[in-house]
Amino acid sequence: MSGPTAREAVLGRIRDALALAPPGRQPVPRAYRTGRTLPDDERLALFTGRLADYRAGVRVCTAAATAEAVAGALDAHGARRVGVPPGLDPAWLERFGGEVLVDSAAVSPRMLDGLDAVVTASAAACAETGTVLLDGSPDQGRRALSLVPDVHVLVVGLSTVAAGVPEALALLVPGRPTTLVSGPSATSDIELERVEGVHGPRVLEVVLRTDA
Amino acid sequence: MRVGLFATCLADTLFPEAARATALLLARLGHEVVFPPEQTCCGQMHVNTGYQRTALPLVRQFAGLFRDPAVDAVVLPSASCTGCVRHQHAQVAARYGDPRLAAAVEEVGAKTYELTELLVDVLGTTDVGAWFPHRVAYHPTCHSLRMLRSADRSLALLRSVEGIELLRPPRDDSCCGFGGTFALKNAATSTAMLGDTLDRIASTGAEVCTAADSSCLMHIGGGFSRLRSGPRTLHLAQILAATRDAPHPLTEEAAR
Amino acid sequence: MTRPSRPGAAAGSGDDPPERPLPGTPAPPPHAPPGTGRLRGDTPFPRAARAALGDHTLRDNLRRATGTIRARRLAATRELPDWERLRDAGAALKSEALDRLPELLPQLEAAFTGRGGTVHWARDAAEANAIVTRLVRETGSEEVVKVKSMATQEIGLNEHLARQGITAYETDLAELIVQLSGDRPSHILVPAIHRNREEIRGILRDGIPDADPRLGSDPAELAAAARAHLRERFLTVPVAVSGANFGIAETGTLCVVESEGNGRMCLTLPRTLITVMGIEKVVPLHRDLEVFLQLLPRSATGERMNPYTSLWTGVTPGDGPQEVHLVLLDNGRTAALADPLGRGALGCIRCSACLNVCPVYERVGGHAYGSTYPGPIGAVLSPYLAGMHATGDDPNRTLPYASTLCGACLDACPVRIDLPAMLVDLRRRHTEEAGRTPEALAMRTAGAVMRRPRLYTAAQRTAARLARAAARREGRITRLPPPLAGWTEARDAPVPARDAFRSWFASPEGAAAMRAAAREGERRRAAHEGPGGGAPADGHDRREEER
Repeated sequence: MSGPTAREAVLGRIRDALALAPPGRQPVPRAYRTGRTLPDDERLALFTGRLADYRAGVRVCTAAATAEAVAGALDAHGARRVGVPPGLDPAWLERFGGEVLVDSAAVSPRMLDGLDAVVTASAAACAETGTVLLDGSPDQGRRALSLVPDVHVLVVGLSTVAAGVPEALALLVPGRPTTLVSGPSATSDIELERVEGVHGPRVLEVVLRTDA
Repeated sequence: MRVGLFATCLADTLFPEAARATALLLARLGHEVVFPPEQTCCGQMHVNTGYQRTALPLVRQFAGLFRDPAVDAVVLPSASCTGCVRHQHAQVAARYGDPRLAAAVEEVGAKTYELTELLVDVLGTTDVGAWFPHRVAYHPTCHSLRMLRSADRSLALLRSVEGIELLRPPRDDSCCGFGGTFALKNAATSTAMLGDTLDRIASTGAEVCTAADSSCLMHIGGGFSRLRSGPRTLHLAQILAATRDAPHPLTEEAAR
Repeated sequence: MTRPSRPGAAAGSGDDPPERPLPGTPAPPPHAPPGTGRLRGDTPFPRAARAALGDHTLRDNLRRATGTIRARRLAATRELPDWERLRDAGAALKSEALDRLPELLPQLEAAFTGRGGTVHWARDAAEANAIVTRLVRETGSEEVVKVKSMATQEIGLNEHLARQGITAYETDLAELIVQLSGDRPSHILVPAIHRNREEIRGILRDGIPDADPRLGSDPAELAAAARAHLRERFLTVPVAVSGANFGIAETGTLCVVESEGNGRMCLTLPRTLITVMGIEKVVPLHRDLEVFLQLLPRSATGERMNPYTSLWTGVTPGDGPQEVHLVLLDNGRTAALADPLGRGALGCIRCSACLNVCPVYERVGGHAYGSTYPGPIGAVLSPYLAGMHATGDDPNRTLPYASTLCGACLDACPVRIDLPAMLVDLRRRHTEEAGRTPEALAMRTAGAVMRRPRLYTAAQRTAARLARAAARREGRITRLPPPLAGWTEARDAPVPARDAFRSWFASPEGAAAMRAAAREGERRRAAHEGPGGGAPADGHDRREEER
C-alpha cells in the first residue's frame, strides 16, 4: 500500500530534483503595502462602497442601534426563522419578532436548510476588498451555520475593519476554521458574467457598527 | 556615431527597402553606417523552432562581426531580431558555447538596438525630419510591445512625422498570428489570428500599415495581398526615411 | 526520459528496478506515467486546433468570454498601486517554497496530522486514485461530492471512481455543466467557457432530473437551477473530495478559493473530507496568503476578492468534517522540479490569466491542448509533467509550438512565470529528443548556408531568381510547396527584390545614395540646426521654421 514507501519515494525524488538543478535562493521582497492604517471615515467609505459593488446590503449604525438594524435586515428579506450561534449577544435579536434557533451540535444541516436566515458576528474585515472574516468563535458559530441559510446578516464593528488584505489577515488566529466572505455567493461560469446567488447565501446583509 | 547595421536576413533578401531606408536615415542624421558583408542571420528562426545548437555559429558570427570597439552601436530594423540578439544569444552561448563567446555576446548585446530604440534612447531624437503625408496605421508588434517595450518609441517617432495621419487599430496589443514557423506549423490558427488582425487594421481606413518588424508586415501584407484590398505595408524606417526632398514613391504615386 | 513508476513499488527494493542508479547519485525523477489521468490528448495540437477553428459558435463564445475577462482583470490589477510588487513577492514566494520542499512538506504533514488529519503520499495518478477510492470505501458511501479541482481532473479521479462503482458529483456550476453534457473542461477556472447561455440552458434542462422545461437562459435563472439540483446532495452525501489552492506548511492549514459556495458546502457539511493537492501547492507561512489572496482573485475573475475563501486545519471538533485526509501528489511534479526552467511552471496558482490573454487560446479553446491544463501554462506544464515522447506519436510534443511567443501570457502572469522562455526551451528539448527529422535536416541545411556568407549570398540570388520567375507578371506568389504551403493557404508570399540589400549597399548606386543622404542631413543641420540633424527633439515647432 502507500504509506511510508510512497512518502520516501516522493521526498527522494524531490531531493534528486533539487540536486540536479540546485536552487538559487533569493530573499522574498515584501515591498507591497503592509501595516496601512486609514481614518475611520475612509475605512467606512471604502468598505461600504466595496460591499455595494458586490451587491451586498449595508446598514451603518451605532452599537446601541444594533438590534434595530439586525431586525431591519431580517424583515427586509421576510425572514421568520433565524439561526444564531450560541455565543451571539442575545440583545442583537431583541427587536426581531420571529423565531430564533440557537445553533448546537444537535442541529442537522437539513434543519439549517429550513431556516430563513442566520445572524453572526465577525472576526475582522478588509475595507479594500469588502471582505468579512469569520473564524468560528462562539459569536460566529460553526461554518455550516453561516452557509446553509439563504440570508446571512453579518454584524461587523468598524474597529475590526482593516485597510487592506495584509492588515486584515494579520487579525486572524491561524489554525481556526476560517471563512472569508466577500459579498453573496456568485458565479462567473456563464459567459464570464458575474451573477450573484448560487449555493452559499444569496443575500448578504452587513450591519456595520461605527462605534464597536 | 559609427553604427553597425545588421540588416537581418529577411530585410536583406525580401525587404531590402527597409534596410535601405534604415541606412539612408542614419546617414541623413549624420552617422557613419557600416555593413559587414559577412553577416547573414541572427538565428532567431533556429532558436525559436528549437534548434539552438544550429544557431551557435550564427551567434558566433554576429558577435564576431560587431565586437569591434570602433562600432559604437549595432542597429537592426527588427524588434524580434533585436530581442533574439539581446536575450537568446546569451542563452545559446551559455548552453553550447564557451566563456569567451558568452563574454563577447554580452558585450555586443549591450550595444545592440532596434532602430527606434537607437533613434530615441541613444541618439535622443524623436523628430527625424520625415515627411509622409498619408494615413498610417501603426501595428505594435509583440516584440516591440512586450519584449523590448519600445512601441512607445515607434509612436513618438511617427507622431513627429510631418503630414502623417497616425491611426491606432482597435485592440492593437494583439498578436498578428505570425510567430515565425508558427505560421507554418499551426497555419490554421495563424490564419484565424491574421484574419482578425486584417479586420482591425482595415477598420482604420489607413493607406499604409507600418510596424518595426518586416516579418509581421510580411504576414499582414501577405494577407491583404491575398484579399486584394486593404492598406499596403511599409516598414517604419521607410516612413522615417521619406522627406520632402526624397519622398516615398507612394507619395508621388498619390500625387499623380 | 520517462521511467515508469509503479504504485506500491518501494524504491530499490525486491525485484523492482532501482529508483536510482547508484546510492547518493541523483536520478532524474520520472514523468507522470502515461495511461492514467489526463496530461495529454490523442490529437496533435495543429489538427485539433484546425477542427476547433471550424466551430463558429465556439469561437464566438471564446471571443466574448475572454474579452470580458481581460477587461475586468486589467481594471482589478490597475487598481492596486503595488500590483507589480505583489507579483514580485508572489514569484519569489513560489520559488522559495519549491526550493524548500524537502523541509516544507514534512512540516505541513506534521502540522496537519497534529490537528487530527491524515496525510497520504502518491507518486502518480494511479496511486492517488487508489488512495481516494480506499478512503471512500472505508466510509461505506458510494457517492462523493466534489469541489472543482485541477489535481483530480489531472489524475482522472471521477472516471476511476466510476469504474469502482462510486459516483462523483461535480458541484461547481461549470463542472456540473461539463459533467452533465459528457464533455471535458476547456478552461482552468471556467471549465464550460466554450458554452454560451443558450447551450447551457439546454444542458441543464436535459441533464437535471425534474428540471423546469421552461427554464430560461438568464444566467441567474441557470444558477438557481443548479442550486436547487445540488442542495439535496450537499445535505446527504457524507464524503467530499476537494483540491487545495494553498497548503500552509507553518500551520498545516489548507485553503480553497471559490465563488459559488459549493466549495464551502463540500468542505463543511460531509463527515469525511479528502483533499488531493499537488506537492507544489505548499507555501511556507500563513502570512503568505496576504500575497496570494490579492494576486489570485484579481488575476482570475478580475474581482477584488472572490466571494468565499475557506481555511481549515485538520479537524475542528464540532465544526465541519470530523475525518480529514490530505493526499500529496507528485505525478511528474518532481520531473518538472528537476528542470531549472520547468521548475518555474510549478509556481502556477491556476488563475487562468494566461489563457484569457492568449491569442491562440482565444481562437481554438482548451480542448485542442488535450491535457487537463490548456492554454500557455498547459502548453508547458503538460510536457514538463508528462514528457513529450512518452508514446510513439505523443501529441504533447506539439504543445510547445502552440504559441506565437507573443508574450501576453508573461505580462499577465501574477507570479511572473516566463512562459515564452519555457516554450522555447521545450522546443529545444523536443528537437534534441526527436533526433533526425526532415525539419531538423532543413534547419541544419539552412544553418550551414547561413554561417557561410558567400554561400548564403549565392543562395539568396538563386532563391530570388526562382521566386521572381514563380511570381511571373502577377507580382505575387500565391502558392508555395510544402513545408511552406501553409503560408499560402491565406497569404501571398512576398516577391524578393532583384537585388538584395547587400548588393545595393556595395554598389556605386548605393554608395551615391548614402552620400546624398548624408549631404541632405548636413544641409539641413547647417541651415536650421533643425530636424533631420539628429539633434535632440525639443518640440514640433521647428517644422514650422523649416517651411
